[in-house]
Amino acid sequence: MAAASSTVRGKAAPRKTQSARASGAAFSKEEELAAFRNMLLIRRFEEKAGQMYGMGLIGGFCHLYIGQEAVVTGVIMAAAEGDQTITGYRDHGHMLACGMDPKAVMAELTGRRSGASNGKGGSMHMFSKAKHFYGGHGIVGAQVPLGSGLAFANRYRGNGNICFTYFGDGAANQGQVYESFNMAELWKLPVVYIIENNRYAMGTSVTRSSALTDFSKRGQSFNIPGEQVDGMDVRAVKSAAARAAEWCRTGNGPMILEMQTYRYRGHSMSDPAKYRSKDEVQKMREERDPIEQVRARLLTSKQASEDDLKKIDAAVRTIVAEAAEFASHEPEPDTTEVWTDVLG
Amino acid sequence: MATNILMPALSPTMEQGRLAKWLKKEGDSVRSGDVLAEIETDKATMEVEAIDDGTLAKILVPDGTDNVAVNTPIAVIAAEGEDVLTPESAVPASGAKPVTRAGTAPAPAAASSEPTKNSGPAIPKDTAMVALSVREALRDAMAEEMRRDDSVFIIGEEVAEYEGAYKVTQGLLAEFGARRVVDTPITEHGFAGLGIGAAFAGLRPIVEFMTFNFAMQAMDQIINSAAKTRYMSGGQIDCPIVFRGPNGAAARVAAQHSQDYAAWYSHIPGLKVVMPYTASDAKGLLKSAIRDPNPVIFLENEILYGHKFDVPTLDDFLIPIGKARIARAGKDVTIVSFGIGMVHALQAAEELEREGIEAEVVDLRTIRPMDSEAIVQSVKKTGRCVTVEEGWPQCGIGAEIIVKIMEGAFDYLDAPVVRICGKDVPMPYAANLERLALLNAEEVVVAAKAVLYR
Repeated sequence: MAAASSTVRGKAAPRKTQSARASGAAFSKEEELAAFRNMLLIRRFEEKAGQMYGMGLIGGFCHLYIGQEAVVTGVIMAAAEGDQTITGYRDHGHMLACGMDPKAVMAELTGRRSGASNGKGGSMHMFSKAKHFYGGHGIVGAQVPLGSGLAFANRYRGNGNICFTYFGDGAANQGQVYESFNMAELWKLPVVYIIENNRYAMGTSVTRSSALTDFSKRGQSFNIPGEQVDGMDVRAVKSAAARAAEWCRTGNGPMILEMQTYRYRGHSMSDPAKYRSKDEVQKMREERDPIEQVRARLLTSKQASEDDLKKIDAAVRTIVAEAAEFASHEPEPDTTEVWTDVLG
Repeated sequence: MATNILMPALSPTMEQGRLAKWLKKEGDSVRSGDVLAEIETDKATMEVEAIDDGTLAKILVPDGTDNVAVNTPIAVIAAEGEDVLTPESAVPASGAKPVTRAGTAPAPAAASSEPTKNSGPAIPKDTAMVALSVREALRDAMAEEMRRDDSVFIIGEEVAEYEGAYKVTQGLLAEFGARRVVDTPITEHGFAGLGIGAAFAGLRPIVEFMTFNFAMQAMDQIINSAAKTRYMSGGQIDCPIVFRGPNGAAARVAAQHSQDYAAWYSHIPGLKVVMPYTASDAKGLLKSAIRDPNPVIFLENEILYGHKFDVPTLDDFLIPIGKARIARAGKDVTIVSFGIGMVHALQAAEELEREGIEAEVVDLRTIRPMDSEAIVQSVKKTGRCVTVEEGWPQCGIGAEIIVKIMEGAFDYLDAPVVRICGKDVPMPYAANLERLALLNAEEVVVAAKAVLYR
């Protein structure tokens, strides 16, 4: 992975950009610990979801976020109350980052009545109005106009909120993304487009799918500024997200953040990932892992001890174990539920 | 040689217009390209240009004449150097006979309006009625709902400054401003999805498709995002949105612009599908659709936009979604139709009446949820049924109506149900072929007699 190059593209740069390390974007001890804990929650949750899929407790498609945790964790650290989040089908991490109950998320994965969508949505279709999380969308790219519409509503109401709209390097080749870019810039909608470039659209690498692989430039035709961000460094993510949020919130229109990240697992549980080498994955895990980076900083700076971090891990494991336990034993939805929630 | 200037057709569905103003007077010399007159249609004011050099010899239709049929001679141009002819010798030009559009009933004269019978909820007896076109009724419905609720806005191509490609949004920008009347780029998939996102956030968008032919670009958002999200979210996320615009065949616009989508949307759980015929229903149902917490597909018809009907002058006139109306009572045979199919159904009923057959015409008004009870009750009374729709036969609305009859009135049937549909071909362009591809009242009459074994 290329080192972070926080370069603003497009029109007049919204702000001077620097690398996270040089910009004073260093985290406080509290921020480091929160990022560590929140990323670890996603990691452990997804590991458990993978196990439960293997046990047959989770059905259908299941796309794990392992490796990409710094992206949503860092962005949420820059969000204000009422800002919305919307994403595609690799969405478990986003829900946890938005503060949804891990039990409800896991119970949705197992298709139980206490699931976030009462068992009717599954892995790819969960929502929480209370947490301003608007899905969870299974059609690649569909969330991009939807997120732009959430931003349209913010502007219509003048509520000062912005919408963080996530999509992948694969979705970035869908036509509706560019239809959205055009309207968002035309109407100065408060939307941050976050392209999670994990290098593979299912099994097709970015270089085989994209004529222009610098996704931060994908808004240039619409005069939307963009920035490439080291998506494995939660500090760089938060810092870029904060700049983009400020840009949008103050009426300048949309901004694109290309988060350069990596997924360790296959596209879905049924993907053996033969399109890339084991070495590539191994190298990424050893050298760039988002959680290990924070752990190393906390230990090196002596802001936390091994013991402190073990305690955090244990607490996270407890939450995940309880969620798994809950999701395994909750009853399935009442059969009458098949007919409900079709119309309001 | 003298040339007749004919009343021009300025749109695919224009049948008549108003000669607003002559810009040249008799005796003026004109050159090719000079503007001779202004013509007003229900959509716009357009200019008529001279196509030859010469002298404006005679004005045949004076300023301010209403309802001038397309192809009526409106003036005579004498060639340069030619004697000015007497109008009598010039007028009977061949081919100048006003024509009506192929395959459809002539539009009722603008001055008269079709009575509205049994139109939904009880309307107080002393309610004044006003003759409104479907176009005006739709505009009034949107304006009333926008006055009532700030979260209602309209978005689509040419809805604001152009005032609607079919002039349905006339006056809305002036009253509500650009915040609530939003012109979009030509980007159906994008603005449909954007509208749905705004609806998720609690706004009430009215998304206008210039025609529903273009909504196929947005089909994924309509079905996967609008229709399914309430269910997928366990009831958490509402999507109160209306998708509206003209649907079905206009006139002479061929296969890609002539299609009835009633059956397509009718297939989808999570959508409501409304397809009104009268102006009164258009108004009352659109107001209900805007207040509905669900995505509503509101299928209008370009040819019906100019038709006038009586509309009650009530402050808040709502017609419930999901209720059919008996447009005409009868005991011998049931004709079930909706939207522009009603033109053929009612015309057929009149012809049948002349032959002593009393047809009952059921106007579904809403396609989904379908008012099965109204269909079943009528068929129980008549024992015979013909379905009438512009769409294609396979898996069409007629097929669905027939199943409803199987389920609810099979034992009452005295003959197999017959469906009259658009022909099972893409819409051809040639006038004679288009006429063949569309349904007509005569087919309905023949079918009604067939189910009566007459």
